[in-house]
Amino acid sequence: MNEYLLEARNLSRVFPAAGKKTVQAVSGVSLGIREGETLGLVGESGCGKSTLGRLMIRLLRPTAGDVLFRGKNITDMGEKEFYPFRREMQLVFQDPYASLDPRMTVRDLIAEPIETWRLCENRQAVTGRVRELLHAVGVPEEFLYRYPHQFSGGQRQRIGIARAIAAEPSFIVCDEPVSALDVSVQNQILNLLKELKTSRKLTYLFISHDLSVVRYLSDRVCVMFLGKVCEIGSTEEVYNHPRHPYTRFLLDAVPLPDPSLKGKEIRLLRGDPPSPANPPSGCRFRTRCPYAQERCAAEEPALRETDGVQTACHFTEELKGL
Amino acid sequence: MEQTVLEVKNLTVSFHTEKGVILPVNGVTLTVPAGKIVGVVGESGCGKSMTARAIMGLVKYPGKVTGGKIFLCGKEITQLPEKERRRLRGSEISMIFQEPMTSLNPVVKVGKQVDEAVRLHTPCTRAEAKQKTLNMFREVEIPEPEARYNCYPHQLSGGLRQRVMIAMAMICRPRLLIADEPTTALDVTVEAQILKLLEKLRDAGTSVLLISHNLGVIARTCDEVSVMYAGRIVEHGETAALFEKPLHPYTRGLLRSVASLRAGGETLQTIPGVVPNLLHLPKGCSFSLRCEKCGADCEEKVPELRQIAPGHFARCFLAEKEGKE
Amino acid sequence: MPRDKREQMKKVADIRLESQIGEEERFWDLMRRMARENKTALLSFAVIVLMTLAAVFAPLLTPYTEKQMDLMNRLAAPSAKHLLGTDEGGRDVLTRLLFGTRVSLLIGVVPALLSLLLGAVLGVLAGYKGGLTDAVIMRIADVTLAFPSMLLAMVIMYSLGGGIMNVFLTLTLVNWANVARVVRAHTLRLKNSEFAEAARAIGVPGRKIMQRHILPNCLPSLLVLFTLNIPASILTESSLSFLGLGIQPPNASWGLMINTGRQYLYNAPWLCFVPGAAIMLIVLAFNFLGNGLLDVLDPRQKKQ
Repeated sequence: MNEYLLEARNLSRVFPAAGKKTVQAVSGVSLGIREGETLGLVGESGCGKSTLGRLMIRLLRPTAGDVLFRGKNITDMGEKEFYPFRREMQLVFQDPYASLDPRMTVRDLIAEPIETWRLCENRQAVTGRVRELLHAVGVPEEFLYRYPHQFSGGQRQRIGIARAIAAEPSFIVCDEPVSALDVSVQNQILNLLKELKTSRKLTYLFISHDLSVVRYLSDRVCVMFLGKVCEIGSTEEVYNHPRHPYTRFLLDAVPLPDPSLKGKEIRLLRGDPPSPANPPSGCRFRTRCPYAQERCAAEEPALRETDGVQTACHFTEELKGL
Repeated sequence: MEQTVLEVKNLTVSFHTEKGVILPVNGVTLTVPAGKIVGVVGESGCGKSMTARAIMGLVKYPGKVTGGKIFLCGKEITQLPEKERRRLRGSEISMIFQEPMTSLNPVVKVGKQVDEAVRLHTPCTRAEAKQKTLNMFREVEIPEPEARYNCYPHQLSGGLRQRVMIAMAMICRPRLLIADEPTTALDVTVEAQILKLLEKLRDAGTSVLLISHNLGVIARTCDEVSVMYAGRIVEHGETAALFEKPLHPYTRGLLRSVASLRAGGETLQTIPGVVPNLLHLPKGCSFSLRCEKCGADCEEKVPELRQIAPGHFARCFLAEKEGKE
Repeated sequence: MPRDKREQMKKVADIRLESQIGEEERFWDLMRRMARENKTALLSFAVIVLMTLAAVFAPLLTPYTEKQMDLMNRLAAPSAKHLLGTDEGGRDVLTRLLFGTRVSLLIGVVPALLSLLLGAVLGVLAGYKGGLTDAVIMRIADVTLAFPSMLLAMVIMYSLGGGIMNVFLTLTLVNWANVARVVRAHTLRLKNSEFAEAARAIGVPGRKIMQRHILPNCLPSLLVLFTLNIPASILTESSLSFLGLGIQPPNASWGLMINTGRQYLYNAPWLCFVPGAAIMLIVLAFNFLGNGLLDVLDPRQKKQ
């Protein structure tokens, strides 16, 4: 009955901020990820995409709402009951410098998940498994006993990926896995992620602020603005026919490596993103939206589906031609 | 008005480390013509930021400028005493950085910080300085300049902080603005605004040296581009020509990587291997180990930066052949 | 060609790896650098090693024993026979000094180690668990720190009586709170670090995270605290013995030697000066070594 591997229902998370204020990092997000697909999550810094990623795999607890894994609600489970699910959901971090303990060797780093889940019988078997994993992510085996700081950024990220797949999960949240890497290395890591997905039948939630990276990997895309979903739909549709005004501006703002477009007037968005501590009323995008009307301030737009794409804007139809 | 604002000839910066001497900037030659934005593009560690620091005279110990000459509006500044250099910084050349938060004093109101920059270089009263600051805030399109004047850096968003930095850099109408990854820490929608602002400044008469790792940013704003790899400039040309017909295999690899990402497809194009460590550069061309067309010559000799087409230079033995293909 | 290429790629990767070693220095590199750049620390280390050797080989270095009295030679001035003179019981001062080194070093090292263990465990628990655990542990620590340490030590010694074991216990109880505070502060920072989150994501249980990820990363500060705790313990023991609460005669300890020597300050000043100088020397040595370690291990100071 349940078509989703992982599903968020009305997920919210509030963080306390200075001076008794609160920050709504994620508010009322509902989305589903099907088995074997990659859902891309894009948005600017502070839009709550990383928080949402961590809520989905219960590294953070939501203030409200539920997360369902294979139809089972994992939000209200006790630690013991949840424990077997932990192995199924892993995380690849943005910063391969900070996410690897500087005092552990590559072998110990990758062995940690294997030992935690007792996937191998003895030390030797663990090391053998580590070697296999290193091979799978393309790090030469000779470096088994090196420390993370001796590696370049790309190789460190490979080690991070090896750690994530070591426990044989079915779902991986990739939190900006290539943002810290150089252009020439970025593609190597993306290739690796794509290859692993097929060979290990993985499902990804791929978080990035880089629209072209998300486009390459994702089957479906979710665009977030200030803790809310603006638009969710198949990658092709969203990129070729963006419906939400924010998605349009976001796509327009990306600088393309094509100098012939230079001088062409691009539509610029006004101002800076509003602060999540004090979001505008109604539609959260309205303070930057050139099409905003009175209704946008009064009423919060709900996600509505048109042609298979869900959009949260009062004027989806009216803006279609623009 | 002179034709050239900045001319850098054969600039070399060396670093003495425990394991030996490395050259993060190795014989870099650059020209910034008046009223242009010149880009320097390259990956982390290629020496692009160090080049900028060397031009500003801000290379920190253990680094040292060990060769080459820098001319600002035709006047050599390399040998100037530190006091003179300091006078130039802020008035003739200014620099903005990637993370504006770290270059602003967190406990002083941003308006006051810009005032300070005004009063440092021009004798004027407090009121005059404030007036100048507010005018500059308006010019860099800071909304509600009077209100922002009294803000502390942490009260501003990243985009506004960068605008304040630009205001501070532009306050004395420098001839040259060096922008070191000015938009890397910003969101794309804000990035587009800042890039637009840089173009506006250029049109108002300040030349810009824009340093970035992002080919998109370079393509959108720059008139000319230099590509750096392992401390050397490997290709230089007009932006359009360089992006359309890259002559150096490294440039080609970078452009292909980005293009294939946009095109999609099963496997992405990559440049194999990693950037070499400056302590262990290959004997010949520094790109030879990653180059698919590497020949015997490439492994033995370091190629010169040669003009292949009018205004288009490349540091590759095979550039002519590639140019024809 | 493709295989050739791969070989080449591997070579590049290798070169990159080889040449990156040292970018972030390993522990022994740091120690070596300290030895090279900070001569005071190196000298201090030498002094500590010499003193340790002297303590271990004390019986071999002197013809006398610690308790051997020679009432004919009371309060003799330094001479060829008794290099540092004799005390009120005619015991050789040099011999007692050497044997006293044993007590003082032991008193320095053992309680420092014990308080380090106790403080680290409680500190990491307080920092990691937070809430009630944190509140209880840290309030006890605050109370301990609020007492003047000498007073606290005296109270404990009075109620437990003299003897070396009780001195150990006392000094541990006096010193653990400082360690706990430092470790807790580190834990609070490390608990939110990405690698701790990564470990949680993998499913590593909290106990293992503390053991494997947090404590090892506190080691540099612990090492520094250790070297700074040693002189503090030696001084406290000296004071306690001086007040008659520590080591009991006829055993030798430096504090005790000063205490008894005090009565003969005018006719036999060496009785006070010699152990006093020894205390000063070892305390300074440990302090300088501690500062040297702090310099190389603390990245914030490294930048200057």
